[in-house]
Amino acid sequence: MTEAAMNASEPGKPILSLRNITKKFGAVSALTDIDLDIHAGEVVALVGDNGAGKSTLIKVLAGVHQPTSGTIEFDGREVTLNNPATALDMGIATVFQDLALCENLDVVANLFLGHELSPYRLDEVQMEVRAWTLLRELAARIPSVREPIASLSGGQRQTVAIARSLLLSPKIIMLDEPTAALGVAQTAEVLNLIERVRDRGLGVIVISHNMEDVRAVSDRIVVLRLGRNNGIFTPETSNHELVAAITGATENAVSRRQIRKSAQDHAPEQRP
Amino acid sequence: MSNKEAGALDRGDVRVRHQEGMIDAFWSFVDRVRSGDLGMLPVVVGLVLISIVFSSLNPVFLAPNNLVNLLFDCATVGVISLGIVCVLMLGEIDLSVGSMSGFASALVGVLWVNSGWPVVGAILVAIAAGMAVGLLYAFLYNRLGMPSFIASLSGLLAILGMQLYILGPTGSINLPYASPLVSFGQILIMPAWLSHTLALLPGLVLVVTGLATMRHRRAAGLTAAPVTLLIVKAAALTALLEFGVYYLNLGRGVPWMFGFFVLLVVALNYALTRTKWGRSMFAVGGNREAARRSGINVRRIYTSAFVLCSTLAAVGGILSASRLATSSQQAGTGDVNLNAIAAAVIGGTSLFGGRGSAYSALLGIIVIQAISNGLTLLNLSSSLRYMITGGVLAIAVIVDSLARRSRVSHGRG
Repeated sequence: MTEAAMNASEPGKPILSLRNITKKFGAVSALTDIDLDIHAGEVVALVGDNGAGKSTLIKVLAGVHQPTSGTIEFDGREVTLNNPATALDMGIATVFQDLALCENLDVVANLFLGHELSPYRLDEVQMEVRAWTLLRELAARIPSVREPIASLSGGQRQTVAIARSLLLSPKIIMLDEPTAALGVAQTAEVLNLIERVRDRGLGVIVISHNMEDVRAVSDRIVVLRLGRNNGIFTPETSNHELVAAITGATENAVSRRQIRKSAQDHAPEQRP
Repeated sequence: MSNKEAGALDRGDVRVRHQEGMIDAFWSFVDRVRSGDLGMLPVVVGLVLISIVFSSLNPVFLAPNNLVNLLFDCATVGVISLGIVCVLMLGEIDLSVGSMSGFASALVGVLWVNSGWPVVGAILVAIAAGMAVGLLYAFLYNRLGMPSFIASLSGLLAILGMQLYILGPTGSINLPYASPLVSFGQILIMPAWLSHTLALLPGLVLVVTGLATMRHRRAAGLTAAPVTLLIVKAAALTALLEFGVYYLNLGRGVPWMFGFFVLLVVALNYALTRTKWGRSMFAVGGNREAARRSGINVRRIYTSAFVLCSTLAAVGGILSASRLATSSQQAGTGDVNLNAIAAAVIGGTSLFGGRGSAYSALLGIIVIQAISNGLTLLNLSSSLRYMITGGVLAIAVIVDSLARRSRVSHGRG
């Protein structure tokens, strides 16, 4: 490990820090002056309503979009993420919401895509061994690594996508809605996976709409609203406060619904 | 499952059926075909049908010397088809390969015969022209977002125009018969001993690399395919090839030009299956965005495919000039384009991208040329030949789409 990486692992010093990140798509400002710090060994949840800019922020960090202005510091150095390959090489791995796997290729090929061992004479055996080892470390249940991705279930694909992001030993891993499409058991598996990854000393960014999942794994909860920072919370924060930060008002659809519900519960039985 | 393999790294899950012996291997083949992974099956069925039909109509069809001629003809369009495999793999198309081959053959004729260049120089210029056209398509596709279908359709006309322009009013240039280029395309045959030795090679390579992989896998704690299966495969392949070579040697023998074509096929097959570039080709063809996000330079992959396709089309054009001993206005027109595309599709390369192999060009072109050769032997007019070849292409594409639908419903991508 390089000296820079050692320093970054010290508590208190962030691996990744964003300052004043702004991203404009034409007239629309998707992100405005976003600040964000990620430390090693912590899980940061990124929450916000639809259109709050969570996915845009992830894509900026993954090198898919380039910010209009602002600085990104990685390992204490200012960096420019021009394309996905730069971000990957630097140690920022991403699991996208749509997973981005090639259905026509098998699990091994997908895990090593773009980073195959010995490019002029692919070392299939070594790649298969590392694939199995990695999947075992994650306690993943994949029936066969030589089947095309098309034959796997949603949870298994999610596992493959997470395993792929870990393959290059990144320092930061970002997961966009990792549990959105999953059942109860698979969700628990993925949350376990996130904790295991954190315990390996990686910084983890999780996007989720599910407050229960967010509270279960995160150390800090960063709220975005309409492309701006709208507060940093701890998992102990009450649901009411979080929802207020996400929607931007104490008086919102969620609170109104709650008031109506409780009013109904307390109201005397009116039907005959 | 034997005790030794129970602890293997890839045998942790009890839900998966693993193939352990010959019988399992057979059933897993049946499973694959049923789920729409047809592989080489349509080609084999097609060849058997074609042989039965044509040899019953005209016994000359299966005569050794007719088959030797067939192989000569296969090499020219086959090389073009090899390039088509590359672009189809990405889900793109090049409709101008026929014109490109005609232009390349015209360039060789004009530069070599009319302008007195050395033949090697003329060939190099023709190949460079192919590369330039490929680069142009790549630029139109990558930078201007022009669909390859349209880009190459306009290329078809433009390149045909260039071919007619450089050939001038005479329209046809005869290449000197005594030259090495023409004898390569018409008479050069491998000595019998050499062709027999070369026919041994694939089986030998199969066994040697297969055993090495097995040892490697066992050492790494993975299970390996059974040895018997490997031996049977290699023996069957060797027997088939040796019989083919023996039969061809009853006639004139194996053409050098066909040997050159097979060499290109083997090289491309290695590149597609065993290198990072090939893996990227499959990935881009399967899911372009996923490939981009995993750090693959997608534009470079497209460029490589377009350049390879046009370059191989130029090589095919040079071969056909040497085969016909002429560079004419007719070179590369007519059914050359569609034959090249049909061959790749019949051989099992999908029009939808992400699926195919270099061998599909080899096997597909044998089917296409066998049909065209058989129809010629029956003295059918070219009108009927076109209709029948068109029908065969339609059937091939239908098989491809149906197989794809079946693959999707069986979860095989």
